[in-house]
Amino acid sequence: SPVNGRRVVFSLQLQTVTLIPGDGIGPEISVAVMKIFESAKVPIQWEERNVTAIQGPGGRWMIPPDCKESMDRTLIGLKGPLKTPIAAGHPSMNLLLRKTFDLYANVRPCVSIEGYKTPYTDVDLVTIRENTEGEYSGIEHIIVDGVVQSIKLITEDASRRIAEYAFEYARNNQRNSVTAVHKANIMRMSDGLFLRKCREVAENFKDVKFTEMYLDTVCLNMVQDPTQFDVLVMPNLYGDILSDLCAGLIGGLGVTPSGNIGANGVAIFESVHGTAPDIAGLDMANPTALLLSAVMMLRHMGMHDYGKKIETACFDTIRDKKVLTGDLGGKSKCSEFTEEICRRVRDMD
Amino acid sequence: MKIFESAKVPIQWEERNVTAIQGPGGRWMIPPDCKESMDRTLIGLKGPLKTPIAAGHPSMNLLLRKTFDLYANVRPCVSIEGYKTPYTDVDLVTIRENTEGEYSGIEHIIVDGVVQSIKLITEDASRRIAEYAFEYARNNQRNSVTAVHKANIMRMSDGLFLRKCREVAENFKDVKFTEMYLDTVCLNMVQDPTQFDVLVMPNLYGDILSDLCAGLIGGLGVTPSGNIGANGVAIFESVHGTAPDIAGLDMANPTALLLSAVMMLRHMGMHDYGKKIETACFDTIRDKKVLTGDLGGKSKCSEFTEEICRRVRDMD
Repeated sequence: SPVNGRRVVFSLQLQTVTLIPGDGIGPEISVAVMKIFESAKVPIQWEERNVTAIQGPGGRWMIPPDCKESMDRTLIGLKGPLKTPIAAGHPSMNLLLRKTFDLYANVRPCVSIEGYKTPYTDVDLVTIRENTEGEYSGIEHIIVDGVVQSIKLITEDASRRIAEYAFEYARNNQRNSVTAVHKANIMRMSDGLFLRKCREVAENFKDVKFTEMYLDTVCLNMVQDPTQFDVLVMPNLYGDILSDLCAGLIGGLGVTPSGNIGANGVAIFESVHGTAPDIAGLDMANPTALLLSAVMMLRHMGMHDYGKKIETACFDTIRDKKVLTGDLGGKSKCSEFTEEICRRVRDMD
Repeated sequence: MKIFESAKVPIQWEERNVTAIQGPGGRWMIPPDCKESMDRTLIGLKGPLKTPIAAGHPSMNLLLRKTFDLYANVRPCVSIEGYKTPYTDVDLVTIRENTEGEYSGIEHIIVDGVVQSIKLITEDASRRIAEYAFEYARNNQRNSVTAVHKANIMRMSDGLFLRKCREVAENFKDVKFTEMYLDTVCLNMVQDPTQFDVLVMPNLYGDILSDLCAGLIGGLGVTPSGNIGANGVAIFESVHGTAPDIAGLDMANPTALLLSAVMMLRHMGMHDYGKKIETACFDTIRDKKVLTGDLGGKSKCSEFTEEICRRVRDMD
């Protein structure tokens, strides 16, 4: 049975992971990840599923039952980019996944990639974003003509839950500190509640340093010296902004991993870039974001050695600059970049 | 004041204090002589104010904002040659709606453990800030205005804001108008800030972005800021703190307040004086011979100031 959401893996057993390739370049970068995992002989078997929304009885939109069944059983998912539906009435698939599995924490480790030049060299932080409430409640009203209100909801339970996740994450990943990001000076009640819960949870994690910082101060300092930050935990909107800001520091969404942690032990790791329809099927895509998300997944599953091996092969390939996809400044195909990583992985044995 | 004197700027200063006082009925207000002065002169230059420790005492900045309906916070962010940051070519302006949005202060406990905070967006405030942004772009020869929003998520509130920006844009065909999600702006801003020009946005986003952009050029110690009010009032201010640890020790860096004063000169139409003083300031920093501690040097505030004065006088 799962322990803290993780299955105990026996050496002769293959653990099953739900794979959602997605749209556009999704299928080809998924193939790349599978090939690299095969080279590393990771004891994982993939169960492919599709998340195209369907309408159930009563007209309610839902993810396909076989996808839900798979995720509920495997508890671990790896997902590529999904295209945004054009037709109105069709909800966002990401939103549907979030609600179906109560994916309450969005986690993005941002680490500078040697060889992929940005104005920053030593970024090593993690943003942990509460992903169920806050400013994204979707509750809006027209008060009178020309006056609109949007409601931000903060609850004790969600705040406690995300704070607990952040401190557990810090402890499990040997991080030194957790910083709560807020605007409680302005939003005294809502952010005040969030902050109070963080402080309470911090009391149970004396081995992790706890600090607090205003969101605007975080941004001001982040672009001047990101090395001062470690684990950052925050409500929904602030997390939306900061996680993208930090992705920018290390080179953008094409190289940033992401994980979504749900209640009941479910965890879905995903690349957060788009489907890139203009290069789909042309063997030009960069699988780095999905690969690093898969590495994050391995660490979540306790398979640290496999994760380290694959991550090292990926970083070495980028640092070496000989085989790079177009977005990384090179001329190689996705398959060539993938094969280079596979080669390095095999050589490590 | 010394630098302005060296440049022979035709301005006289009227000093006022803004320590809050309680009027009849116990309502906190700014001192009447300060209000009278601002209402008459219409132009203000302000240094940092300390945050009152005693509860019940409102923020002075908030009081000023409400008294003069300072609806637009404007921060031009330009890279300063000689003051090294990871970015070299920043040249953008953030224009933040400063009266409503997420900072309405309207919050409620719904039930135990559930709190709501209300974000208010109105047609009038959105139109007013959009109009200011486009006027600013036109008056300062800027190429484009970008509305920053999250209308994909906050469809009604940010949707209203965006609609007003689009409507105003129709009256300013000489200025390019674009729209971008806040998260996309942040993602792109730290990778290539040169793609941005004038940015206009609601309150919270403006709070974040204006500080983010200040960070790109070196922080609050070198960033100018202006607040535009209804009825023609404009107050320019440095946005750093009071730095009590170095107060009175001739160690402070006057750059932020000086650049805010330059912004003020431009607002008043005194572009030549503004340019002269700004150039003298930037040249001093670029030369690196006379810099205050925070800029990496060892000079006193008075020495840094005198160096700028010297350059200003030499320009005549």
